[in-house]
Amino acid sequence: MILKHRTPIFHSICILQFAICNLQFVALKSRAIGNELDDQVLAAEQQRIATIERISKPTVAIFDANGQGGGSGVLISPDGYALTNFHVAGPTGPALKVGLSDGRLVDAVLVGLDPGGDVALIKLLGHDDFPAAELGDSDTAQVGDWAYVVGNPFLLADDFRPTVTYGIISGVHRYQYPSGTLLEYADCLQTDAAINPGNSGGPLFDSAGRLIGINGRGSFEKRGRVNVGVGYAISINQIKRFVGLLKSGRIVDHASLGATVSTDADGRVVVDDILDSSDAYRRGLRYGDELLKFGNRDIHSPNAFKNALGTYPSGWRVPITYRRDGKEYETRVRLAGMHRQGELEELLDVEQQSPLPDQPRRGDPPQPPDQPNPDKQPPRDSPAPDDKPKTPEDRRRARRPRSQAKLPKAVRPFYEAAPGYANYWFNRYHLQRVWNSYLARGDFAETGWNWNVAGQAVAGGDVAIELSENEGSIVLPAGESGEEFGPSLTETSGPPHSGGLLAALHLWQRLLLLGPRRFGEVFYLGTLPWGQDEKLADCLAATHAGVETYFYFDPEAGNLVGIQLYLSDEDDPCEIYFADIRGVNGRSLPHHWVIRHGDDVFADIVIKSYDFGAANSQSSPK
Amino acid sequence: MLSPENSIRVAGVSASTPHCAFRTPHFRVHVRAVAVAVACLLTGAADAWASDGAASFAQVARQIQPKVVKLYGAGGMRGLEAFQSGLIISGKGHVLTVWSYVLDADEVTVVLDDGRRFSATHVSSDPLTEIAVLKFDPGDSEVPHFDLSAAATAEPGARVLAFSNLFGIAAGDEPVSMLRGVVSAVAPLEARRGAFATNYRGDVYIVDAAANNPGAAGGALTDAQGRLLGMLGKELRSSLTGTWLNYALPVSAFASTVDDIIAGRFTPSDLKEVDRPDHPLSLAALGIVLVPDVVKRTPPYIDRVVPDSAATTVGLRADDLLVMIESQVASSCREANRLIERLEHDAAVRVAVLRDEQFLEFTLKAEAKTPADNATE
Repeated sequence: MILKHRTPIFHSICILQFAICNLQFVALKSRAIGNELDDQVLAAEQQRIATIERISKPTVAIFDANGQGGGSGVLISPDGYALTNFHVAGPTGPALKVGLSDGRLVDAVLVGLDPGGDVALIKLLGHDDFPAAELGDSDTAQVGDWAYVVGNPFLLADDFRPTVTYGIISGVHRYQYPSGTLLEYADCLQTDAAINPGNSGGPLFDSAGRLIGINGRGSFEKRGRVNVGVGYAISINQIKRFVGLLKSGRIVDHASLGATVSTDADGRVVVDDILDSSDAYRRGLRYGDELLKFGNRDIHSPNAFKNALGTYPSGWRVPITYRRDGKEYETRVRLAGMHRQGELEELLDVEQQSPLPDQPRRGDPPQPPDQPNPDKQPPRDSPAPDDKPKTPEDRRRARRPRSQAKLPKAVRPFYEAAPGYANYWFNRYHLQRVWNSYLARGDFAETGWNWNVAGQAVAGGDVAIELSENEGSIVLPAGESGEEFGPSLTETSGPPHSGGLLAALHLWQRLLLLGPRRFGEVFYLGTLPWGQDEKLADCLAATHAGVETYFYFDPEAGNLVGIQLYLSDEDDPCEIYFADIRGVNGRSLPHHWVIRHGDDVFADIVIKSYDFGAANSQSSPK
Repeated sequence: MLSPENSIRVAGVSASTPHCAFRTPHFRVHVRAVAVAVACLLTGAADAWASDGAASFAQVARQIQPKVVKLYGAGGMRGLEAFQSGLIISGKGHVLTVWSYVLDADEVTVVLDDGRRFSATHVSSDPLTEIAVLKFDPGDSEVPHFDLSAAATAEPGARVLAFSNLFGIAAGDEPVSMLRGVVSAVAPLEARRGAFATNYRGDVYIVDAAANNPGAAGGALTDAQGRLLGMLGKELRSSLTGTWLNYALPVSAFASTVDDIIAGRFTPSDLKEVDRPDHPLSLAALGIVLVPDVVKRTPPYIDRVVPDSAATTVGLRADDLLVMIESQVASSCREANRLIERLEHDAAVRVAVLRDEQFLEFTLKAEAKTPADNATE
């Protein structure tokens, strides 16, 4: 009270004195309580320092090839794969410059794009010992957990040493409407650790320093384009599903169920529309069914469904539970893509050409998207502070595949333009990797077309399969069946109810004998879950004679673990699950086949012998 | 001025000293804030405290989030959000929130953290503190709620948590958002909304979290253990600096009013006994007759002026719209009456009216022997 009328100078001295005294008191206090608290606090502090040290290393600053633009990213493997936002890497074009926390600036190349989820995969070049972040489990994040945001806000660091902000998880499983037609943030994490322009694409870590998200958005309104306590990160669990697909160099699509839901008068979430060509329909889902679970998530509202669906890539298989007439049904549904072939690319071009709309969608929930504001520049002249190129023209140019010659020398060997691809080079590379790794398990080029496979059905009874270049037959306990392999295989569905087992075996032969280059159109799809244990498998997508076939390979052993044949888009595929893979004369071959079609197991066969006969030099390619 | 007691307080929150914290002279608040901030840096990691037996923030979140609701009502245009937040303050479904245009709707919807939706009725509101109490019917089940009588207080430097549906993020069947921060100061609210000063001028908690965003008004400010400290206010700028304020009204500012409202002892036009003049002025005494008060917010148009009254003398006319009474906005007939009744019967009263798009000011004084009673509608 008595200090009330003193001068300001006196005040500041007072403040200082007060502060110092308080320091002493605190020191005294902790001494009085004993060393216990002291040690705990110091240990926590040390732990935090160590964590920040550790999580700073894999965090990178991202620029375009000229050192302009800018955002953040995080390394996820020692060989240089790094995650960032689509809205950071999309506009830069295929060549990027990446600043590491130790001050190095290295070249990087665009690998894959997930425009729907605002994720991009890039690869840093020239080293194989990059510091990689440890991936966490974003589903275990809870509101109130401490979290770190690391990145390059306002492009502050000249030496690329990232900025660290600290806060808590403010919300989990949040949904943020797409900004424009893309960039939907489904099931994202919300944090109050500061996320500012330039943080886009950078990592969100949990308190133990595990990567749980990629920051990319904030809620801003009248207070300007700076943090106001609300930032969003794409969950790492969503990204884990996409990374293996992004490595294919493709522009990866998100999933659709082929059915929509709404709330009925009783508050139940029911199917209000369903495509009869969808897998959901074939698995039994019908108009009016109540959707209870999707991907092991309880669905209490259409929003919750949209939130869960948004985290899946096209092609993923998801368990669902629905209820009809009081009875619950469980099944697994293969998700289709959201966009038709080429549609996503067109959207990208449109999106890149027109600036994002100024006003977010209103209503419930009214949520402003992360809006770049061209008038408001962060307080630096250079490099350019925004996450996006300046004009629509820049954006269009950025999207157009650049001619090889204009790329930096270091990037040139790792980039190849192709429609539908962010970078076709990676598709070629991984296709070759998968194929080489399979060939290492045995070269089939010399076996010839004439195969005799003998086995026994698990349920009892002999099985004999005969294959040649133009026809095949199978003897099963239930009966005998044969097919001719003509120029079109779309009608080759035998044996009945198998979905095209003989055609699938024929195409397996074709791949083995001709290799992916001469098979027809073959590309590397990426990794998808396969088999009982849902392990991620490398998938080659192959088109020949009007049918699509997917070949699944164990990424570690290199073995072929499955074949999936689609005679048409409207039918269930024939699926062969291979197991008990053993060497026969230097070739790895599956000795247990489970053949599925739709909901049913068509056959479960233990293979006793493979007989490749004499190599037929006429039809054998080499 | 330094005492060991001071340094102990920095460590956290005192639940036992309810009112004294808000009497601190202004500058001393700053002194303490700085000192406490330094001390906090020293003691550092509060997350270490969590392992020390206290509840973790995640536990606090689970405990608090079911007591904070999302409110949906009027708005949704021209940058006006149609949503805000509220605190459940009784097991029977009383909801405390900030009075705003959002509540000025035929139906206000209360959405709980698990997505359950209820229609709420307006119980009462207090224009002075700008709080409102709503009620929804949770049926037979008792809903989790805050107990205002068990609220705590905090000093500068204390860790706080803010719970609200800021930006309307929690749009689905999901709980509200949680932000963390520190009490920066406990100081009188000097703020404005547009050109208008706020009614409430008492002490508030100023926090360093960006707590008061669109939709946050009516949310909870708790201490690190989840004890209620106050209610987040609407978005305001400091009248001193023009910056956006992050603040919460302390529970002590509204607890008794809320008690009165729930107990049915409170009516909005009631003024506190101390404020009510012994012989209040009335519009009738001035010779002003307003249009019939037909809706909740009837604009206070003058229907007619009584001949030979003060109103006639100064030149007020029928169809004038009363805008201000003694520098206070008269937004409705009810409000106009209430503002007038705050004045002594013989006070000279300054009014501003809108006539043909012009503001006109008049000062008038009730004549001693006006046949006031006859003029009452």
